[in-house]
Amino acid sequence: MKEKKVRISLSHVAKAFGKKQVLKDVSLDVHEGESVVIIGGSGTGKSVTLKCLLGLITPDRGSISMTTDNIGMLFQGAALFDSLSVWENVSFVMLQKKHADRDAAKKLAIQKLAQVGLPAEVADAYPADLSGGMKKRVGLARAIATNPEIIFFDEPTTGLDPIMSDVINDLIVDCVKKLGATALTITHDMNSARKIADRIAMLYNGEIIWVGTVAELDKTTNPYVRQFVAGSAKGPIKMEVKAE
Amino acid sequence: MFEKFLSFVNTLGRFVIGFFRASGDLILFTAQILLYVFKAPFYINETIRMSIEIGFYSLPVVALTTIFSGMVIAIQTYEAVSKFSAEGAVSMVVLVAVTRELAPVMAALMVAGRIGAAMAAEIGTMRVTEQIDALSTLRTNPVQYLIVPRVVAGTLMMPLLVLIGDAIGVCGGYLVGVTKMDFNATTYLINTWNTLKAMDIVSGMTKAAVFGFIITVLGCYHGFKSQGGAQGVGQATTNAVVSSSILILIFNYLLTELFFKM
Repeated sequence: MKEKKVRISLSHVAKAFGKKQVLKDVSLDVHEGESVVIIGGSGTGKSVTLKCLLGLITPDRGSISMTTDNIGMLFQGAALFDSLSVWENVSFVMLQKKHADRDAAKKLAIQKLAQVGLPAEVADAYPADLSGGMKKRVGLARAIATNPEIIFFDEPTTGLDPIMSDVINDLIVDCVKKLGATALTITHDMNSARKIADRIAMLYNGEIIWVGTVAELDKTTNPYVRQFVAGSAKGPIKMEVKAE
Repeated sequence: MFEKFLSFVNTLGRFVIGFFRASGDLILFTAQILLYVFKAPFYINETIRMSIEIGFYSLPVVALTTIFSGMVIAIQTYEAVSKFSAEGAVSMVVLVAVTRELAPVMAALMVAGRIGAAMAAEIGTMRVTEQIDALSTLRTNPVQYLIVPRVVAGTLMMPLLVLIGDAIGVCGGYLVGVTKMDFNATTYLINTWNTLKAMDIVSGMTKAAVFGFIITVLGCYHGFKSQGGAQGVGQATTNAVVSSSILILIFNYLLTELFFKM
């Protein structure tokens, strides 16, 4: 079988903040059309990894490469622009072009909103008028508005009820498949990871300690992964309960 | 005793390093803004929106401040010069005080409280809610989109605000002079007109442009660098107003020295 092209590559990435070494040695390849989920507890460096990928943080060591700059991103809190209406948020990139056609941009936004299950009436609302689940959907519509080749998801189900979480997971799977995009998600929600991942990577103590498919996840003997998947307080992963 | 001295040196060292680090950071931030002012894309609509916010909506507060300043200066000057039977100097002092000092400084302090704080709070909230990160992922440079329009609008609008403030402040002095001190209205206006020098207006407007730049750069800087949620945004707002107010007073002295060197 022909090996698929690597779309995202992290090679020996390290990042420290002051004396705290958040990422020690992160290496991971994500192939074309693949959906990879990075799991890990709070403070293990998931968000820092994502910010390095987005170019918001410069790593101290290592290299990051992506085959395109046409990317989409769904932020944890949706990060919608408060001063803009929903449709202006969704069509933001289109509206920034010189001589942008606002009618066409609004049409595109309504089409993308429909894709994430939101009615056209929502287009003229402002982010402050929306519920958490609706904000996430609008964030997803914005993330897919430019038909990106790579999409990043930052804790897509955090703060949502289980049913809305499932709806968002379905939408993510649907949107990624329809676009044929490559997806990289960070989450600590195992239900979400199982649903949207082709492969799962576990980040612990600033390093990728395990990579495998969802099927392999249930069979692994790695004690760290087993403890995390079981959500057990007992095991090799010790939670820091006092400030350093 | 020696340990106490070492602790003092340690604290002083931290303060000095922190001060120079923050100053360097601010200088780099300002340089970045100046670079992007002349680099496309230009966000004209954002600049117009901010100009209306800064110029038009600050008019009431600037008008109130300058009219009362002009009135107070007229009363105080009258009190002082009437002892030497030099009441005719009132219109001249009001004009000079308002155009050179009161209108630019009072307007700038008011705008720092109104606009500088609002900018720090808005941009700070955008920072802590990841909206600024979102801009970067949407192929938009946050400095070009958020900061440059605000700084350009502030630098251009402040001189216009001060020009209007000059007229209103002089009117305040006129009102008090004519109604309370029984000056002849026509004579007062003629005296004012004859005293007026282009330099008075130009120096005030130049100061205003510099103050507008300071207010918007510091408001944006503190918001852009804010961290840590609501508390961080609150701190950014306070820092923006305090630092811009201090710099306005310092630069007022420096510019006065420059324009009116004895």
